[in-house]
Amino acid sequence: MKICCLVKEVPDAAVTKRMDPDSKRLDRSGEKNLNPFDTHAIEAAMQIKEGGTPVEEIVAVTMGPDSAVRALHKAVALGADRSVHLSDAALEGSDVCATGYALAKILETENPDLVLLGQQSDDGECYTIGAVVADHLKMPSLTQVIKMDAADGKLTCERQAEYGYDTVEIDMPAVISVGDAINEPRYPSLKAIMGAKKKPLDTKAVADAGIEADRIGEGGSRTTVLALAEPPQKEAGEVIEDEDTNETVEKIVAWLDERKLI
Amino acid sequence: MAIATGTYEDKTEEQKAIIEMVRQFVDEQILPNAEEYDHEDKFPEPIVEQMKELGLFGVTIPEEYGGMGLDLTTYTMIVEELSRGWISISGVVNTHFIGSYLLMKFGTEEQKDYFLPKMATGEIRAAFSLSEPEVGSDVQGIKTSAVKEGDDWVINGQKMWVTNGLGSSVVFLLVKTDPKADPPYKGMTCFITEKEAWEHENTGEYAGLNIPPAIKKMGYKGVESTELVYDGYKCPSGRILGGEEDGLGEGFRQMMDALEVGRVNVAARGVGIAQRALELGLRYSQERKTFGKPIAEHQAIQFKLADMATKVEAARLVTLKAARMKDAGERSDLEAGMAKLLASETGKEVVEDCFRIHGGYGYSKEYEIERLYRDAPLLLIGEGTSEIQRMVIGKKLIQRHKI
Repeated sequence: MKICCLVKEVPDAAVTKRMDPDSKRLDRSGEKNLNPFDTHAIEAAMQIKEGGTPVEEIVAVTMGPDSAVRALHKAVALGADRSVHLSDAALEGSDVCATGYALAKILETENPDLVLLGQQSDDGECYTIGAVVADHLKMPSLTQVIKMDAADGKLTCERQAEYGYDTVEIDMPAVISVGDAINEPRYPSLKAIMGAKKKPLDTKAVADAGIEADRIGEGGSRTTVLALAEPPQKEAGEVIEDEDTNETVEKIVAWLDERKLI
Repeated sequence: MAIATGTYEDKTEEQKAIIEMVRQFVDEQILPNAEEYDHEDKFPEPIVEQMKELGLFGVTIPEEYGGMGLDLTTYTMIVEELSRGWISISGVVNTHFIGSYLLMKFGTEEQKDYFLPKMATGEIRAAFSLSEPEVGSDVQGIKTSAVKEGDDWVINGQKMWVTNGLGSSVVFLLVKTDPKADPPYKGMTCFITEKEAWEHENTGEYAGLNIPPAIKKMGYKGVESTELVYDGYKCPSGRILGGEEDGLGEGFRQMMDALEVGRVNVAARGVGIAQRALELGLRYSQERKTFGKPIAEHQAIQFKLADMATKVEAARLVTLKAARMKDAGERSDLEAGMAKLLASETGKEVVEDCFRIHGGYGYSKEYEIERLYRDAPLLLIGEGTSEIQRMVIGKKLIQRHKI
């Protein structure tokens, strides 16, 4: 079995996120890191491997500028065997659809049995890239998976939903986006960190993967950002002073009732 | 609240990746649990076990012995991060680091082969011991002695303030082997004394080494500081650091050399605790309101924050400079002393400023700053007091600039 983990370099969680008004894109300057949600995908891959299912290879795949190499180093420090870096100036400005297409082309060359990724990126927070990739690869796809067992070419997954949990069995190859409740990612040991640069890293350009130039980048994207605006300020809540608890409860119930919430 | 420290551009890619990991470990494993261990004065066993798995006991030990072979600068950065979480955690590692430094620099091949692989994994932990009940800074006044009997040396005497004195399996011990030596330091030798970890009374081949109950302290809890009572403890001559032929009478020089890196190490702890106090001060001052606005908007508090951040930055740079000089093979005794003096005093000052920012709540055990306030003074004393640092710095300055 071969597992590919899609990973992304994102601004460090400690950096305050802001939109660049000129490019209308997220300002990605400053300290960057491996998307923390993707560490759950790598950990899930490691747990399949350590759980006894034969896994020949775990490959970390990213699309991003030169600096994204650091995210790949972290991915291999966390356990991936090698990494693939799709990097090309032509990709700049790609939206979710274009990014998903480009990543799918890279994955086609890798031919994995299972593609894992985190539920969302910590910067764009679209939650959708897994589904886009799966569509291009014609593979079944699940999101918000918080438990996963691999056996006989099938995956039994528990998927978190608003109403509870679904248990779903799907055939591999498949694309699974994992929820962050699936596991507690390990810390990379010093040895793994120091050994990360020794693991193979392939850098690929658009042409290497047969990616059609008019389907990527700003021009190849279907999304056009027209304007940016601050989200509306939250209105101040209503404070009920707790003078008499019975009365307070009544007030809260009445408030909820008025809004048909109970 | 994690805040950017501003030193990232000084780090190599590996150092960045290592510090990122250690910081995450501190944020997730140490900071949420430190209060509990501190209040119960309990050894943080699960945290220490994880640190062994991560390789944090073998940072500076060469790869051929199973360590990472990293330099003092990287180690200093790691110690700062660990101390940002809790200085007791760095205390567990620090004596181990001094022990491995002594072995790496002065040990015989047999001693290195025997101890270093087990130390690199943390399977055994090391302590070191100079101080005695009546002797601290004036090391040449120690009374613990070793007398040769056959192939063994018999050690008698009482040691004091031994960090990891109970949990360690090996203690690097400074004793007098020639009481008539003049000057006295020429009659001092470092023995590698083995013991059972966590045993108060050693038996069998380690008989004659007893460890009384740990000393009760104001802060620096969780990691034990003990006395060691050597009473007829037999140490084979092969356990003289560097071997009997080369190591006898060399103990003082060896220990002073190790204390030089130890000073950089304590400096890093000062930077770490100060960094944490700055973070806590920045957070609390933006949450707490007086006179209708967050206290961070009052200039009185802003000035404190400004001074705190400035001092932390300065202490960090001086500390890293001393580490980098040592790594480059340059003489750095003066710089190590300066770093220790500045960073430990900075630790105390920034912690106190943060404590004042917290007002009455800083005095409550509900807030982390209360622990930092009890922990910070250790650094003013350990590995040479500020007064001793000033003596060393003053003496070296005049030596280097004699007219």
